[in-house]
Amino acid sequence: MTARLFRRLFASLLVVWAVASATFFLASLAPGDLATKLADPRIPPAARERLREHYGLHRPLGQRYLAWLSGVVTGNLGDSFLYRRPVTQVLAQALPNTALLASVGLGLELVLGVVLGLVQVRRPHGFWDRVLSAFSLIAYAVPTFLVAAGLLWLFAYRWPVFPASHMTGLTAPADFWTTLADRARHLALPAITVGVTGCGAVARYLRGALLDEQAQAYILGALARGASRRRVLLLHALPNAALPLLTVLGLSLPFLVSGTLVIEVLFSWPGMGQVFYSAVTARDIPLIQAATILVTAAVVAGNWLADAAYALADPRIRR
Amino acid sequence: MRRRLPRRLRLGIGVLLCGLAAVSVGPLLLPDPQAILDPRGAGLLPPLARVFVIKLADGTVLAGKALRRSGDKVLLWRAESWLELPSSQVRELGQRVFLAGSDALGRDVAARLASAGRISLAVGFLSLALAVLLGTLVGLVSGLGPSLLDRALMALVDATLALPLLFVLLAASAFLRPQTATVVLLLGLSSWMGVARLVRGQTLAVRERPWFLAAQGLGLPPWRLAAFHVLPHVATPLLQDATLRLGDLILLEASLSFLGFGVPPPVPSWGNMAAEGFEVWRLAWWLPVLPGLAVALVVLAFALVAEGLGELARGEA
Repeated sequence: MTARLFRRLFASLLVVWAVASATFFLASLAPGDLATKLADPRIPPAARERLREHYGLHRPLGQRYLAWLSGVVTGNLGDSFLYRRPVTQVLAQALPNTALLASVGLGLELVLGVVLGLVQVRRPHGFWDRVLSAFSLIAYAVPTFLVAAGLLWLFAYRWPVFPASHMTGLTAPADFWTTLADRARHLALPAITVGVTGCGAVARYLRGALLDEQAQAYILGALARGASRRRVLLLHALPNAALPLLTVLGLSLPFLVSGTLVIEVLFSWPGMGQVFYSAVTARDIPLIQAATILVTAAVVAGNWLADAAYALADPRIRR
Repeated sequence: MRRRLPRRLRLGIGVLLCGLAAVSVGPLLLPDPQAILDPRGAGLLPPLARVFVIKLADGTVLAGKALRRSGDKVLLWRAESWLELPSSQVRELGQRVFLAGSDALGRDVAARLASAGRISLAVGFLSLALAVLLGTLVGLVSGLGPSLLDRALMALVDATLALPLLFVLLAASAFLRPQTATVVLLLGLSSWMGVARLVRGQTLAVRERPWFLAAQGLGLPPWRLAAFHVLPHVATPLLQDATLRLGDLILLEASLSFLGFGVPPPVPSWGNMAAEGFEVWRLAWWLPVLPGLAVALVVLAFALVAEGLGELARGEA
């Protein structure tokens, strides 16, 4: 197992390197280099040449690539055109916000999904099972922007309980608790959107896993020893069924991250997705490169961690 | 005895057939989806709204919610006031109903939805074809080829499956020209991995079968083994997988177009219609909601068909 994890770690590093290189070569293939983008068309050609030299654009592609790659390794990814600051600073500001949204959203998704799954297996093929099966199928099919539009209409327009966008209110909050409440109110709608769009997959997976578990002999044994159905379901079947959920969540991480991109843009949440979106719209190449590398690295690392955690938690595959 | 198809399959196919009928016949019956009809008079009208349309002698078209005649004048209720027009200037008078409302420019949303459906479905099908072709090829090579190649290809598949697709697609489209063909290419090139994994798994299972060993023993070339002895056994699970994947691709295209990096306007796609509508959702709920519902319905139908096919394959019908 350890060897497998190490192999996967190596493969993950390879992926991050490949994606990083792809962003570099795509950017150098794209028409118009940094100097033509940065400089006003009216400045004299001599000054433009100086600018090209300043950014090292006169060197051959291979040399530029190596210099850029060593910059990536040392965390020097250049300045953002859009924000006029080092891209690492811009991303360092955005990353915690995305982490907050993604983790609260994921938590909500898990809770909702597990509750739905549990209700469904209480009476398989019964009324609630059918209704909730339909619900999770619909939750999968409805595009994120429609969920967001519905929530916005309900809770920001019809009954304005929550703010429609941004992460903080306009007034400077007085103390810690008002800040917290303000943050939570702004977090509500985007996090619910993450939870609702994702809970269907969790519920569908858990329903199947719980039904499989309940067919096992140890469940019959527990029931025969007089444990109540509820106890058997919650304490015996659920822990075993929920374990592979780790892998499912690890595999769904790319979708979660892609989902938060749309949600951040819709709710003007100042996270990675929003920064990335504005970078792509403005063709801010250093920022696009850095954000792509960072997000890829985060997702790949998350995947690897989910794998490792699963191996730790399940002795059967810890060979 | 005649077996009935599973209910989900019938429901899914029914919805899809209705959808196909709507997008193939709709654009023929409905007005031009790009035609702009007097934004001030016919902009942002709710579904089933009726407007009066006046064509003037100089060719301008005006629209309004009410029409009145007094003497030799025609009065048109347009932009919250009565507009007086001398009868001599009016060349044509007509009425029009917006089935699904109108957008800010006074374009017919129903017509746009139908023609967007053509685009969205075509993009979905074409990118699916690309993904299935590429994935099947890689899966077959991986399953039948040398083990070193197999391991390398599967490592590539694992790695690319772990990428946050929307970020990668967006980053790529930042460097490429926005074009419908580019979208098809990007979507296809980024979703073949699941197909490859499926085909490889099935191929490995087939390789153990006695008749396959017999065919191999006869000295058939690898391409014949792949085409006539493996592919027929992969077809059923592949069909089910492809149906589900088509829904995923349509969702992805919608998200991409919604963010402004998919099908470029003015060509309507469900995603870019929703994006345009989202800017005015407080004034016109139907603009973001109807394209969203169209996507949801189609994706749901494909998911139902995929589930139904699964039931059929397992013999649960």
